[in-house]
Amino acid sequence: MLTKRIVPCLDIKNGRTVKGVNFIDLRDAGDPVVLAKQYTDLGADELVFLDISATLENRKTMHDMVLKVAEQVNIPFTVGGGISSVEDVDELLHCGADKVSINSSAVKRPELINELSEKFGCQCVVVAIDAKQIKGEWFVHLAGGTIPTDIKLFDWAIEVEKRGAGEILFTSMNHDGTKAGFANEALALLSDLVNIPIIASGGAGTIQHFADTFVKGKADAALAASVFHFGEIPILELKKELRKQNVEVRL
Amino acid sequence: MDLKIVNYGAGNIKSIQFAFQRLGYDAILSNNPDEIIKADRVIFPGVGEASSAMKMLKESGLDTLIPQLKQPVLGICLGMQLMCNHSEESDTKGLGIFNVNVKRFSNNVKVPQMGWNTVKNLKSDLFKNISEDDYMYLVHSYYAENCEEAIATSHYEIEYASALENDNFYGVQFHPEKSSKSGVQLLQNFLDL
Repeated sequence: MLTKRIVPCLDIKNGRTVKGVNFIDLRDAGDPVVLAKQYTDLGADELVFLDISATLENRKTMHDMVLKVAEQVNIPFTVGGGISSVEDVDELLHCGADKVSINSSAVKRPELINELSEKFGCQCVVVAIDAKQIKGEWFVHLAGGTIPTDIKLFDWAIEVEKRGAGEILFTSMNHDGTKAGFANEALALLSDLVNIPIIASGGAGTIQHFADTFVKGKADAALAASVFHFGEIPILELKKELRKQNVEVRL
Repeated sequence: MDLKIVNYGAGNIKSIQFAFQRLGYDAILSNNPDEIIKADRVIFPGVGEASSAMKMLKESGLDTLIPQLKQPVLGICLGMQLMCNHSEESDTKGLGIFNVNVKRFSNNVKVPQMGWNTVKNLKSDLFKNISEDDYMYLVHSYYAENCEEAIATSHYEIEYASALENDNFYGVQFHPEKSSKSGVQLLQNFLDL
C-alpha cells in the first residue's frame, strides 16, 4: 500500500540552513547536504528546501546546493522559493531536483502552472498555498503569508489542479508556528475537492498531530520543520507510533 | 563497466548518474547508437509525457535501436512504459518489448500516485536481497497491467506490474535512484546481472 509521507522542511539562506538545527553529532548543522543525509538516514520520506533569500544573486548558490544534495541523497526532494519561470525550473531539474514548489508566482500568473506541467510533467509541479481563515473563510496569502488576497483557498486549489499541478502543499497561517496541530478540517475538505496529493503544513507539535492530520485531515504527507530540527519528534519514533495507529508508513 | 544512459531529452537523468556514481560507476549519457550498442549495460530513463517522449526518441532514431539491444537494458518510470505495447497517455504506440498495455489510474484514487509503496511477487534476480516488505518511490499516473512478464507487482487501486522482464530487457515503474537503500540494491543487482 502507498504510505503516508513524513517531510522535513529546511529553510535555506545563502546556501545555508537557517532557523537553527539541533542535531546531536553533526559536524555542520548549517550545511544542508549534511542535514539532508542525516534526515535520509533517520527515515524521512522526502525533503523540501525552501530558499528564503531567493534573489537573483543567490540563484547560483542555490543551484550548487541542489547539485550537491542530488549527488549525495537518495530520496526525493523539492525545491521552492523565488521560482517564477520555465527557465528557473529547467535549471533546478537539471541540477537534480525532483520537484519544484511555486507559490506567489502561480497566483500572479496562473498560466505558469500549465507551462510547467506541459513541459516537465505534473509530477514535478507542487503548488504551495499559504492561506488564513478570516471570519470562517479561507483566503490565499502571498509572500510567505504577509500579503492577503481575495482569492478563496478552495477555488484556488481546484484551479491549480485543473491547470496541471501534481501536488498541493497547504500551509495554514492560523496554525503555523502554534504547535497545536494541523488544520485538519480544511485539509480534509481539500482532499475531497481535488484528486491530487495534499501535503499538510503548519501546526505540528506532537506525534498525535501527525496521526490526526493523516486520519482526520486525510493528508497524503505531512511537513514540519522545528519539531524535527530540534529533535522534539524523532522521525523513527513518529513512524512507529503511526504504524501502531494503523497509518501506513515506510519503516 | 561501460554503462550508458540513453539521452533523448526526457527526464531527470542527473539523479540516475549520481546514484551510479555512489556505487562507484560512471554512467555516461549518450544518444550515439554505436556507443549504446557497445555498452555493457544500458539505462533507458524517462519522465514526463509519453507521446512527446516517444517523439523525441524517434527523432534521435533510438526507437529502432533499443529493441535490438542484446545487453541488459533497464527502463525506468516512463522509460519502462515506452517499452510496452501501447500507452493510454495520448494514445501512444510503444516499442513493444513488453507485451502489455499501459493504462491510467481511475479517479477513485489520487492521481498521480506519489510516494513509497511495497513491491510484491518478486520474481527476478533484479530483486535479489530485496524483500516484499521493502518500499520503492513511485510517481506516476499511468501503470502497466499485471501480466506474465511482471517480476514485481504493487497495489494502488488495483494490482499492477511495477517491474517487468523479457529476456535482456528489464523495466521498473519506481525510481530506484530515489528509493533509498532498496533502490541502491536494485541498481547493484542490475549491474551484477
